[in-house]
Amino acid sequence: MTNPYTPMLILVALGAGFVIFSVGLAQIVGPKRYNRAKAEAYECGIQPSPQAAEGGRFPIKYYLTAMLFIIFDIEAVFLYPYAVAFDQLGLFTLLAMFLFLLNAFFIADAYVWKRGGFEWD
Amino acid sequence: MPTVFEAPEINWAAIAPMLVVMAGGLIGIVVEAFVPRRRRHSVQVALSVVALVLAFVALVTLTVDNRVKTLGGSVVMDGMSVFLQGSLIVFGLLGVLTMAEKFGGDRPDAFTPMGAAIPGSAYEAAADRAGLATSEVFPLALFSLSGMMMFVAAGDLITMFVALEVLSLPLYVLVGLARRRRLLSQEASLKYFLLGAFASAFFLFGSALLYGYAATTDLDGIAAAITETRPGLEPLLVPAILLVLVGLLFKVGAVPFHSWTPDAYQGAPTPVTGFMAAATKLAAFGAILRFVYVGVEGTRWSWEVGLAVIAALTMVVGAVLSVTQTDIKRLLAYSSIAHAGFILVGVLAFSTLGLRGVMFYLLAYGLMTIAAFAIVSMVRQGGTEATQLSQWAGLGQRHPILAATFGFLLLAFAGIPLTSGFTAKFAAFAPAIESGTLGVVLVVIGVLASAVTAFVYVRIIVLMYFSDATSEDVVAAEASPLTTAAVAVGAVATVVLGIVPGPVLELAAQASELIR
Amino acid sequence: MTFLVTAAAAEPGAAPAYAWLLIGLPLLGAAILLLGGRKTDSFGPLLATGLSWASFVLALPLLFAMLGRAPEDRAVEHVLYSWIRAGSFQLDAGILIDPLSMSFVLLITFVGSLIHVYSLGYMKDDPGHVRHEGHTLSAWEESRQPSERRRFFAYLNLFIAAMLLLVLANSYPLLFVGWEGVGLASYLLIGFWNHNPAYATAANKAFIVNRVGDMGVIAAIMAMFAAFGATDFAGVGAAAAEADTGVLVLIGLLLLLGATGKSAQFPLQSWLGDAMAGPTPVSALIHAATMVTAGVYLIVRSAPIFNNAPTAQTAVAVIGAVTLLYGAVVGMAKDDIKKALAASTMSQIGYMMLAAGLGPAGYAYAIFHLLTHGFFKAGMFLGAGSVMHGMKDEVNMRRFGGLSTFMKITWITFGLGWLAILGVPPFSGFWSKDAIIETAFIGEGIRPWLLGGAALVGAGITAFYMSRLFFMTFHGKRRWSERDYHPHESPPTMTVPMMVLAAGSALLGLILAWPFAETKPIVAWLEPVVGYGGSEAEPVLAIPVIIALTLIFVAIGAFVAYRMYIQEDVPTTAPVGSWGTQAARADLYQEEVNRTLFEQPGVALVHGLEHTDRSGVDGTVGGLATWIGDLSSRLRRIQNGFARSYALTMLTGVVLFLGAVWVMQ
Repeated sequence: MTNPYTPMLILVALGAGFVIFSVGLAQIVGPKRYNRAKAEAYECGIQPSPQAAEGGRFPIKYYLTAMLFIIFDIEAVFLYPYAVAFDQLGLFTLLAMFLFLLNAFFIADAYVWKRGGFEWD
Repeated sequence: MPTVFEAPEINWAAIAPMLVVMAGGLIGIVVEAFVPRRRRHSVQVALSVVALVLAFVALVTLTVDNRVKTLGGSVVMDGMSVFLQGSLIVFGLLGVLTMAEKFGGDRPDAFTPMGAAIPGSAYEAAADRAGLATSEVFPLALFSLSGMMMFVAAGDLITMFVALEVLSLPLYVLVGLARRRRLLSQEASLKYFLLGAFASAFFLFGSALLYGYAATTDLDGIAAAITETRPGLEPLLVPAILLVLVGLLFKVGAVPFHSWTPDAYQGAPTPVTGFMAAATKLAAFGAILRFVYVGVEGTRWSWEVGLAVIAALTMVVGAVLSVTQTDIKRLLAYSSIAHAGFILVGVLAFSTLGLRGVMFYLLAYGLMTIAAFAIVSMVRQGGTEATQLSQWAGLGQRHPILAATFGFLLLAFAGIPLTSGFTAKFAAFAPAIESGTLGVVLVVIGVLASAVTAFVYVRIIVLMYFSDATSEDVVAAEASPLTTAAVAVGAVATVVLGIVPGPVLELAAQASELIR
Repeated sequence: MTFLVTAAAAEPGAAPAYAWLLIGLPLLGAAILLLGGRKTDSFGPLLATGLSWASFVLALPLLFAMLGRAPEDRAVEHVLYSWIRAGSFQLDAGILIDPLSMSFVLLITFVGSLIHVYSLGYMKDDPGHVRHEGHTLSAWEESRQPSERRRFFAYLNLFIAAMLLLVLANSYPLLFVGWEGVGLASYLLIGFWNHNPAYATAANKAFIVNRVGDMGVIAAIMAMFAAFGATDFAGVGAAAAEADTGVLVLIGLLLLLGATGKSAQFPLQSWLGDAMAGPTPVSALIHAATMVTAGVYLIVRSAPIFNNAPTAQTAVAVIGAVTLLYGAVVGMAKDDIKKALAASTMSQIGYMMLAAGLGPAGYAYAIFHLLTHGFFKAGMFLGAGSVMHGMKDEVNMRRFGGLSTFMKITWITFGLGWLAILGVPPFSGFWSKDAIIETAFIGEGIRPWLLGGAALVGAGITAFYMSRLFFMTFHGKRRWSERDYHPHESPPTMTVPMMVLAAGSALLGLILAWPFAETKPIVAWLEPVVGYGGSEAEPVLAIPVIIALTLIFVAIGAFVAYRMYIQEDVPTTAPVGSWGTQAARADLYQEEVNRTLFEQPGVALVHGLEHTDRSGVDGTVGGLATWIGDLSSRLRRIQNGFARSYALTMLTGVVLFLGAVWVMQ
């Protein structure tokens, strides 16, 4: 091995080459037939229903729901390993987990609840 | 996997200030949820001030005597951490005061009533009529501040990354909450977020490579690994360091990772800009100092020239670009870029004196910046901030004290003697000169760039005093004691640190200690 | 014995702390009048006069206390505070009261107070603002006019304070503060009627010419600090005894430069004539009696330096001799009564300088002549002011004549001053000037003949031009018409000071040089400070011969003037005259010399520098600024507002950053 960086360089070149190759190939050989569906905001084949108000923007409540999901999601991420090993972790970890739930779960949920985040309309 | 989980030693006294600030933020969220709307603002302000004062008290009573590595080495409360955390708390306090300013209205003047509403929509108008206010800015600021405090004390790369995100995410939100010119504010917020995420990716990538090299994310462990040979892994080291540095340099706004700075500074609510310019820069430099001085100094010969080039570029580009700015906030943004370059020169001294100089510079710069942006927030035309430079013409004739204070702060930015700017530059540049040829070259560039920026600042002073006003209705809003206090503290500190810098320099010298 | 003397000289006793009030009272007056505004208009002038007298009264107990001590214990010092402290160098701001400074204090406060009183009358009708022909001020405008009388008295008080600081300072830097203070007061007062551009120019000229001299004093102080590490009188005096002659000559010449500026000596004398633009009391006080003599004081005070630097001492004597002739020649041709008196002042100070340049033998006589001159010249200036007062501010002597019957008091008091300056025994000028001429004749080789001869000839010319002035003004035919002028005697506030000064002109010399005493009182009085003043060596001519020669020269001068200006008619317009008269009238072309030697090269240099600055420095700076501006505009385009291009900038930066470091490895 002459230069230790050679493999990295090769890797970078390969990665870049792949991107250029595939995008370029699609540009060249792909058929270009534009239609209404392709110009949609989310090109997923499904008609957004109803049409989002004010120029295709989605109401904020969708994002709220998404963020609420993340709160629960992260809790689950931490709760699961804790549940698997809690018998080895002792009292301190129990308290720490309790604090974590209080902060991340109760306070956040209380805020969302009191400020009307759970109400759809 | 060990069969028994060892709980890490926790020195509660050492981390008390951070805990107090975080608790303040959490209680603030509860306040948002349960306190009636019309009392939220005052409760939030009081809560934030109390939390910050308590944190400062905890810092000077508990933490100074408990300078330890704690939480399994992920938090290092050494002299530097204490000094920088203390500075951060002061910045936070001044920032909260300016954010709370109402300018005679019924709610904080700088923030939109409803951040989620589409700008100009009926929804927003309704929220405005209902008298809503985004009093969440105070808990957000506290969260960000707690992240910054953790950032300067982070002893391993993971903690550093978490702290980076904790400080950044609330800032992204805060930047987007300006009451006026909503679209500009939201655009700024989004840009800052996108580019911040981009930079975080570099940081993470670098951390991953460093972990690959050292098999640890601990800075001490990395420092130890550098002294050994790692067959086959050597190529990872320098790119890893550079990538981590990119993530950190992004936060200080070093060229070429500075592009977000002017847009974000301009779009953000002005008090947030001041807070961000002062505190974020300090926190990021704290992390750079720790990463560079503790973690990777052993291999500095292989990357210091690269960092020096960045420092030089930062000074030059920041100074040169400030020449053609027509918006005072953008101008100060470029000035902050140039200052980041000056501070980098101090970092590159690689000495205890350099550490002292950088810490002093960060404190002095932060204090003058908060005061300067607070003054910017006061100058108005027709109820909105008059940020166009042309609107500042003749301000000295109508508001002599305000203009004189601003002019004085500008002189401090320029580094004119008898201001803290001069002392700071001297404290940062002198050790760099002693460090060798590279340092001397950088200081020469720094002095030349200072001359260019001085030209810009003096031009503003000339504009304020020797030009006739273009329109008569540009006035300085009647500020409450909150903003007045913030401006006064910043200006007085700039005078005092310029004339009798001894005690604070001595304090910084005592704090120039890194626990490895 | 030597030890005892040294110890006594090095350790002056303590002066009472209230001595500072000497300076403080007039300074307070100036502050009250300048800061107090319109409210002080009514009582301001009286307050200023009162404070000036208070300063004089305060000096008396100090004088009596001094007389009560043995001669070698007469110097006392009071340190106010530590003024400058830098490393091992320490300088206290303090005042030194010894016979030399006490002489000045008495002269300044006494003559100064008299002139304050005189000014009460002289400035009474001064409107103090621009008088436009045919334009009457409205009541509102009238009320907006600043009260210039108050300003005038404030400046006078400021001058008294600064002059006292100058003579009382115990160190060169503090002396310099006073030195600059009197320069400032002089500037303000010369330009007091600054609505006349010519007067304002005169003030500027006085100030700028003085700056040249001031540079000399500053450089001398720096040289002292560098050579001796001390700038107080005691320290410099002690160090000068052992210092290298070359250094002492340098310091001496620099001090002499300062003295020539302040005392209007050759070659820095050009400002004094123009300084007559100021109100006449100012000319009397500042430009005759006190300030212009500060140069003499500086030389005498620096005796320890000059005593050990013979070259510098000779330079002082030569400058004095040159100036005394120069002033006398110029004085012969002037028709403006004040300018003629100014030329005479220049000439008389030349005598003092000459005496000061003669070493220990002459110091006391320099001060002696300074004191008598202070009285008779101030008296004559006040007399001139009185004449102008009665003659509608006319200064051209060719329009005077025969005024003796109209203003008797002025005539008599002026006449006493005239007799004094001529050196007619027993009036005061005789005692002081004769002593200088005698001392100038001491020495070996050609030197006593040159210096003494100059002094002798000068005495004759003085007699001529002063008699000319006196005769043209008070005697001969009336060259004015009853229709235009109504000459009258001045009010008592003006005549009483003139009488007091005339009494001094008549008697002061006799008192201070009491001929029946073993040692002249003035010499004994100043001996502890300047050393023995009596002449040990004999002059090259016998003393009675010198006195006789002097009196003969004076008599010839006065007689010629009598023939020319009383027996013959004086034309009301000046005749063209010989080339000599023309030259004298034009101040011996000093202006032209200055212009050619200094102004024109200076102007050329400034033009050159300005050109270099504009095309070179400004061009470079301007070009650089333009270039930076261009660069800035270019770089700005990168900041295009698109997040995607920002990200690309970052990515490019990262790649270059990595690539650069990689390449370097």
